[in-house]
Amino acid sequence: MNIIALVKQTPDTAQLSAAMDGLMLSADGGPRIVNPWDEYTLETALQAREEHGGKVTALCLGPPEAADALKTALAMGVDEAVLVSDPAMADSDSLASARILVAAIRKIGDFDLIVGGRAAIDGNTAATAVQVAALLGIPLVSYVAKLRNLDPSDRTVTAVRLLEKARETVTSRLPALITVVKEINEPRYPSLIGIRKAARADIPVWGCEDLGLDPSGVGAGASGVVWRTELPPVREAHIEMIDGGPEDAARTLVDRLMEEKVI
Amino acid sequence: MDFELSDEHRMVERMVYDFARNEILPSIREHDRNGTFPHELLPKMAAQGFMGICLPERYDGAGMDFISLGLLSEGLEWADSSVRETIAVHLGLHALPVFQWGTEEQKERFLPPLATGANIACFGLTEPGAGSDVAAMTSRARKEGDTYLVSGEKMWITLSDVADRFLVFAKTDQEEGTRGITAFLLERGWEGLSTGTIKGKMGVRASNTGWINMDEVPVPESHRLGEEGEGFKIAMSCLDNARYTVAAGAVGLMKFCLEASVSYARQRRTFGQPIGDHQLVKQLIAQMKQRVDLGELAVRKVGWLKNRGMRNTRETSMAKWYCTESAFATASDAVQVHGAYGYSDEYDVERHLRNSKSAVIYEGTSQIHQLMQADYEFGNRTDRPLRCEMPAYDPAYWQS
Repeated sequence: MNIIALVKQTPDTAQLSAAMDGLMLSADGGPRIVNPWDEYTLETALQAREEHGGKVTALCLGPPEAADALKTALAMGVDEAVLVSDPAMADSDSLASARILVAAIRKIGDFDLIVGGRAAIDGNTAATAVQVAALLGIPLVSYVAKLRNLDPSDRTVTAVRLLEKARETVTSRLPALITVVKEINEPRYPSLIGIRKAARADIPVWGCEDLGLDPSGVGAGASGVVWRTELPPVREAHIEMIDGGPEDAARTLVDRLMEEKVI
Repeated sequence: MDFELSDEHRMVERMVYDFARNEILPSIREHDRNGTFPHELLPKMAAQGFMGICLPERYDGAGMDFISLGLLSEGLEWADSSVRETIAVHLGLHALPVFQWGTEEQKERFLPPLATGANIACFGLTEPGAGSDVAAMTSRARKEGDTYLVSGEKMWITLSDVADRFLVFAKTDQEEGTRGITAFLLERGWEGLSTGTIKGKMGVRASNTGWINMDEVPVPESHRLGEEGEGFKIAMSCLDNARYTVAAGAVGLMKFCLEASVSYARQRRTFGQPIGDHQLVKQLIAQMKQRVDLGELAVRKVGWLKNRGMRNTRETSMAKWYCTESAFATASDAVQVHGAYGYSDEYDVERHLRNSKSAVIYEGTSQIHQLMQADYEFGNRTDRPLRCEMPAYDPAYWQS
């Protein structure tokens, strides 16, 4: 079966302290990694291929440096990797990103399953993969914690979704898009042999022209979402010392707490 | 001149550090406290290709170079010295010497199970009465037909109770000093071979250290490594490999101690400010970083020499001496930065300090390395070509 794994490169949130400029990431953004949720994406795709045969293509939208994330995907064992990158695409919101990804998916060709992570740890919108499914007109099964049955001959996938207070088992026809949560598997590390192959790999880069996209239809200009960062309001606090013996002090304390409507 | 790591090296580095963070750190404190060997790590390390990282693919290795071996050692010891020791001994002191000195038949027979981790291997040179003074060894081998009967005791042997393959050294000629020493490849289960574990070590408690006892162990001639009398040269060339991993590992240990100290000095406050704002703490941090940078340079240079197939005994000795002494100083400073908390095993720097003391003793004490360096300078010591040199790293060969 043909599987497409959606992979994003994100800042390494474990090492943000050195990369912050006020509330925003500094210009270089610090060390970058494969979006941790997408490690589960890649493992899900690789396990599906190992069980059913076929091919896994990792697809990433990002700046040229994002090729590093695809090298990790190749080192983990995906068969092919495609980077979608074009200066015109910078600062696309999730919907604009989804449009770009859909164009790339159509260029890749036939697919049975698309896998994505539940969200990316940078924007954390959890929207892009959903919008990809909608634009492609294929079923979406989100928050998948278990693939109970993937049946390429029957053209169905049965998955267990992890919801806030429930688990829901859903059967969908293929092709479909699933997003996965970390309960689904234990991502493998890239192997040394995989790393060697990945380091030598020549990763194709597709821009607007390759995808037949009008540059004005992507990027910041075509995005409806505006990002603004604000600190939470400062909390005013003061200290009041209560004098007197334990009983008097306790009585005063209770009175004061009731006055302030704490109790 | 190029100091930049290749894409391949950077990926190895990242993967190894991820492995160390996720697989070693969570359980190593308990192993250290209990003095237990982390057996559960061996299959995981093997699955990653660590056990044969720089052995050619034709022998089931991962076909990578010596810089990668250094990065692996560094990343593992960032978490704990004991895990790096497994690679130093299994690969540096056993598999690589078989690759360097073995006949093609021996390589084809012995290397694949070592590269895949199906066999775990160790190295027996030191004896109760012979450490740095190798010529004082009393282990002996006498030949009967095409079999050697090997007897003696080896001490302070890493992995002695874990390994199934043993590279041991014994005198085939009692009159000849170091020129009478021969190398043998023994296997667990052979008659007369027994092993045991030493308890009560100050550090590297999650490593297995012990003894090997050999009582007339029959060793077929096919298991002799190199020629008769070549054992001392083989042993010294083994150390060129393992000392490199020790030096690289010490850099990893220093990196951990530096990261932990910077992080702690940012959070811990005294006299109304983070302790990192106090000049004497800054000095400790700056000195740690100095040792990390210089140690890394020394290690990378040795890796480069090895990749080029150039003799590196002196440079490896220098890197081992500098990096292990620096690691001991750095771990000690890290404990100092952490104050009383650093003295508790709740913090990893305490374990790193105990671990770091071992490496200034084994694989040549710091004193031996200083004698070596001085002897090179005075012209009392030169490295003559070996009958079997470690070849330069050639990707076309290693990856075929």
